[in-house]
Amino acid sequence: MPCVGPDGKPTESGTRMLGAIKAGFGSADEIAKETGLPLFRVRSGVRDLAQAGLALQKGDRYELTEEGAKLAG
Amino acid sequence: MEELREQPISLPRLGQAAPAFEAPTTHGVLKLEDFKGSWLILFSHPADFTPVCTTEFIAFAQIHPELQKRGVELLGLSVDSVSSHIAWARNVEEKTGTKIPFPIIADLSKEVSLAYGMIHPGQSKTETVRCVFIIDPNQIVRTILYYPLTTGRNMDEILRIVDALQTTDKNAVATPANWRPGDMVVVPPPSTQEMAEERLKQGYECVDWYLCKKKL
Repeated sequence: MPCVGPDGKPTESGTRMLGAIKAGFGSADEIAKETGLPLFRVRSGVRDLAQAGLALQKGDRYELTEEGAKLAG
Repeated sequence: MEELREQPISLPRLGQAAPAFEAPTTHGVLKLEDFKGSWLILFSHPADFTPVCTTEFIAFAQIHPELQKRGVELLGLSVDSVSSHIAWARNVEEKTGTKIPFPIIADLSKEVSLAYGMIHPGQSKTETVRCVFIIDPNQIVRTILYYPLTTGRNMDEILRIVDALQTTDKNAVATPANWRPGDMVVVPPPSTQEMAEERLKQGYECVDWYLCKKKL
């Protein structure tokens, strides 16, 4: 998973996405604009964050789990 | 996978939906649908650490900023592993100073290659030929180019096609031979006699009723 390392910790781009979600940018479009990452990277990355239990998908928006919120700083 | 290999190799057609995929890349697992809303150039190369492919990757990296301005993403593919792609991209950067900014599919299973008809046994039974698929934001295949193993691709032509497709979509026109942005475009041919007569009065530059051009 490119956004989550083998130790379960988010990578640099994963941390940026978690930060954007924590700041209230919940859709992939919003996260891409906030982080400056390409939209395809964000769509793939939030999938990884969700699989790692750091984010939850609700419709077309993402929210942080308790663990994700801790790692978002 | 065996079942897939036994299927006849199909080719996507212009105007049809691009075959869906989910594949490991140098930027993680990517799906075709991750690119929805952007133009996408999916291109294959025969193998990492080969000379013509290296010149092409440098050239694709060089046009990447121009493609970004046009809302186009790049996605490379070969049947090498992610580790090989990473090592090659790092080597290209180290030796030439060119960073490869786009993801590269590691199609070891050949699932994507077969779905897109990228393996031409007359050229190579194991490597992908040099294919270019230009896919629009609705994930419809708009252009297909095939180059032989020995011929590197022309980046100017790829950019020109993107410009032509985007101009066509925006203005409902066509583009003539050797068209470049800023040149006159072709007005679609009339479908009735009345329209044919009317268009001659519309100030277009016409050779005859069926070939009229205009400035955008």
